[in-house]
Amino acid sequence: MNRLVYADHSATTAVRPEVLEAMLPFLKEQYGNPSSLYQIAQESKIALEKARAQLARAIGAKEREIFFTGSGTEADNWAIKGVAEAMRHRGRHIITSSVEHHAVLHTCEYLEKHGFSVTYLPVDAEGTVSPKDLEAAIRPDTILVSVMMANNEIGTINPVQELGTVCRRHQVLFHVDAVQALGTLPIDVEAQQIDLLSVSAHKLYGPKGVGALYVRKGVKLPPFIHGGAQESGRRAGTENVAGIVGFGRAVELAVAEMDERNAQLRAMRDRLIDTILEKVPFSRLNGARYNRLPGHASFSFSFIEGESMLLLLDMKGVCASSGSACTSGSLDPSHVLLAIGLPHETAHGSLRLTLGRENTMEDVEYIAQVLPPIVQKLREMSPLYEDYMKQQQ
Amino acid sequence: MYSEKVMDHFMNPRNMGEIENADGVGTVGNAKCGDIMRIFLKVEDGVIQDVKFKTFGCGAAVATSSMATELVLGKTIQEALQVTNQAVMEALDGLPPVKVHCSLLAEQAIHAALWDYAQKHGIEIEGREPPVDDIEELEELAEV
Repeated sequence: MNRLVYADHSATTAVRPEVLEAMLPFLKEQYGNPSSLYQIAQESKIALEKARAQLARAIGAKEREIFFTGSGTEADNWAIKGVAEAMRHRGRHIITSSVEHHAVLHTCEYLEKHGFSVTYLPVDAEGTVSPKDLEAAIRPDTILVSVMMANNEIGTINPVQELGTVCRRHQVLFHVDAVQALGTLPIDVEAQQIDLLSVSAHKLYGPKGVGALYVRKGVKLPPFIHGGAQESGRRAGTENVAGIVGFGRAVELAVAEMDERNAQLRAMRDRLIDTILEKVPFSRLNGARYNRLPGHASFSFSFIEGESMLLLLDMKGVCASSGSACTSGSLDPSHVLLAIGLPHETAHGSLRLTLGRENTMEDVEYIAQVLPPIVQKLREMSPLYEDYMKQQQ
Repeated sequence: MYSEKVMDHFMNPRNMGEIENADGVGTVGNAKCGDIMRIFLKVEDGVIQDVKFKTFGCGAAVATSSMATELVLGKTIQEALQVTNQAVMEALDGLPPVKVHCSLLAEQAIHAALWDYAQKHGIEIEGREPPVDDIEELEELAEV
């Protein structure tokens, strides 16, 4: 069985050939430092600004509002800690949601240790943040709201525009982690009333090690990395030119192909969800049925544990992920699955399959063929399943 | 991440299943933490004649259960009590640090089944204390 099915696109993606091609000159002959004066360095500078324009266009921003970073996580850290620092004289309250990525949650927890208070908004059973809950949580001392556009674990899409309207009405800055959304969901920082937006290249067939933060003109945000004058003096350090060039090309391609790609992904996702739910008893879909990322499926299978499933899937060449404790590095399963109300044991049995551009319907059929026997094998080993079946008799 | 032996015992678990009318059954762990192990024993003349397990848990949980059953099969009760989590880990060529608790759970599952056997048959096992079935408690014990 040599088939390899990569179904973990929410974790990372392969750099696509066009992106690699755009990057290579900047790893070879065009290696100049964009801050230098001579010709090859100026070519680097031009390439950097082209990438900035490509990203700005993709999200409806202006070039000077885009700042490249080393990752989406850095962008989240910068946005949240930066606003906290710049606005602490005005207030020390931050609102986020209980299903954010750790890059946001752990940053908020850090600020709690430094004199800030944080409200973690609950979500509904599908994982959606409610604009009404947000409005009710805003206080006179609220300085920032940070809510993700789409959830990495369960794929649910938040009503960002409505949340943005609430923030604007109360004159509170609105940060959006759009790492899972860029290139997949339409983003317009104007229409969606977003003040700060974090993105990353490697989720959309770009390279790892490059992210960016959109900062609306007029938003006060102190530098996070101090040093040279790169990125208008707001993010020091010699730019990852090849990475940034790759990011620009990747986002340009993703946006151009978005509608066509999403239609294909949705068809595969829906087939996967329908087949698995039908074939595997005691299974459930986590997150919304349709209001979810186009290639994203998250299941929970009762009586079994996620890591075992991943190991057996890996033996069949299927790359997937889980929110079980054993994959989170602690005794608790994913905070997202607990926040949508799953009991611990159900959250331990979660499986995330995220499809991307190189997947085909044959891959989906293959997963649907190999997964049910794996679940069955593990259930036959499970004392929980044994107890349940005996109770039923 | 896992040694070849761990993967072998995970992919081809030894002694997986149940024993009907077992002489001793022990279940440890909890679903909240994501690991439950159940051991079934058949004991004759103070010797473990048969042993089976069922496990809800990660690859290491399955592998340590499987290895623990191999290590106690054919042993006397006293010998089985000497099988430590360390012995289980060594027999598996080691475990990643975050998975050490699985081996503790396997050790405790064997103890719990032996305890159950002793209770049911009115046997005093020298130096035996009631088994610990909570992983966090186990990990605290392991740190001491």
